[in-house]
Amino acid sequence: MSKTYFTADHEWIRVEGGTATVGITDYAQEQLGDLVFVELPEAGKAVKKGDSAVVVESVKAASDVYAPVDGEITEVNEALKSDPALVNTAPTGEGWLWKMKLTDEGQLSGLMDEAAYKATIA
Amino acid sequence: MSEKHLPLEAMHEEAGARFGAFAGWRMPLTYPAGVMKEHIHTREKAGLFDISHMQLFAVDGPGAAAFLARACPLDAAALGEGKSKYTVLLTDAAGIIDDLIVTRLGPDRFMVVANAGNAAKDEAHFRKIAEDFDVRFTPLKRVLLALQGPDAESVLLGAGLDLSDLTFMTAVEPRENWFASRSGYTGEDGFEIALPPDEARTFAEKILADERAMWIGLAARDSLRLEAGLCLHGQDLDEITDPASAAILWAIPKPLREQGRFIGADALRRILAEGPRETRIGLKPEGRQPVRAGAVLMTEDGRTVGRVTSGGFGPSVNHPIAMGYVAEDASAVGTPLFAEVRGNRIPMNVHPLPFSPHRYRRG
Repeated sequence: MSKTYFTADHEWIRVEGGTATVGITDYAQEQLGDLVFVELPEAGKAVKKGDSAVVVESVKAASDVYAPVDGEITEVNEALKSDPALVNTAPTGEGWLWKMKLTDEGQLSGLMDEAAYKATIA
Repeated sequence: MSEKHLPLEAMHEEAGARFGAFAGWRMPLTYPAGVMKEHIHTREKAGLFDISHMQLFAVDGPGAAAFLARACPLDAAALGEGKSKYTVLLTDAAGIIDDLIVTRLGPDRFMVVANAGNAAKDEAHFRKIAEDFDVRFTPLKRVLLALQGPDAESVLLGAGLDLSDLTFMTAVEPRENWFASRSGYTGEDGFEIALPPDEARTFAEKILADERAMWIGLAARDSLRLEAGLCLHGQDLDEITDPASAAILWAIPKPLREQGRFIGADALRRILAEGPRETRIGLKPEGRQPVRAGAVLMTEDGRTVGRVTSGGFGPSVNHPIAMGYVAEDASAVGTPLFAEVRGNRIPMNVHPLPFSPHRYRRG
């Protein structure tokens, strides 16, 4: 059973056991516009909640995507290297950004569920 | 200072525009199609831009040509009626206050189109100079629309405006208080049309009734002008750059460079005698990562030689593109340079401008 959480910075984190997949929300990709480049970290990198983990670049600007919780990056979405627009077309599916091993699952309780997140962008 | 609103703002809202602040104005940045599609659409069909943030000034009176020749490095007296010229306003030190388009409308009548962010500064500067000339200098309240792209002429014809006699950088007054020129800032053939705000909605609707035309936001305007190698004042031009280093000397006729009496002429002659310290160039980053304005440029051995002033992605050329200033000895096309972006060294090469060929309708 997986559970998806959301941050105020418009990231989603889908948790299954001790690992999670992270991406940006549909609202976020819409705000950013067409992406042309995604700067991905190396697998194995340790991140703290709030660290910039990925940089997404639209035609016009570069924006940070922050780690929603502490952990270690285990995998990045290699498909984005040749097709960054996947983040626009499937932000919560094929356009995921990275997978991570969580170091403190307790931090999840500080995040929003989908209903709470939707209320913030309504 | 409160944000300024376009007269056609409601139309942009209805079209689903995403807005952002630019030069003190609330401007449509993108529409639901998105910057990529908007950009490509402009190159393939016709893009409609609301650029009413730009300021038109009417210059009238027996001293009009002499006044403009003092304010700008421009032979205004020799400018034919209906002809437009790209020019600049300079400080005493030949720094670029703004870049402008000046059009002659009659023996003693000219139109000046200035950038939004500089309009107030330009007006003060012009008014000060105007004190010494027999001239009236009047800011106009107009909606300014640009229709750009290969279908622009025919879309306008369908909207009841026949501008097919115009060639690049010529202009007419097709109706009372209207001003139309064959010009633009995308590298495409196209037109800029100024008209009274109360007539603008009907006219824009007529244009948009043609399915080849659609609204294009400021984001695509920026990627289009960068692909076309055109400067954005405030980024690629400013008061610490001069026309020689900005590589816009083509806009200043040689006799004027040598003998002109415009403001900044002596300083420009000094710069030309000594040779400019740096020069504006195009840059093509290797790979897919854009290099943005502000990035420092280095040679292979780590010597800092310049900076990026505009950078992003070119949807038509389908690779990152940039423009910047480098030392003369690093300005040759093909020179390998590096930009530092978030700790990474991005290799890039000096590239000819424009990135995407101009398709102006010349005479």
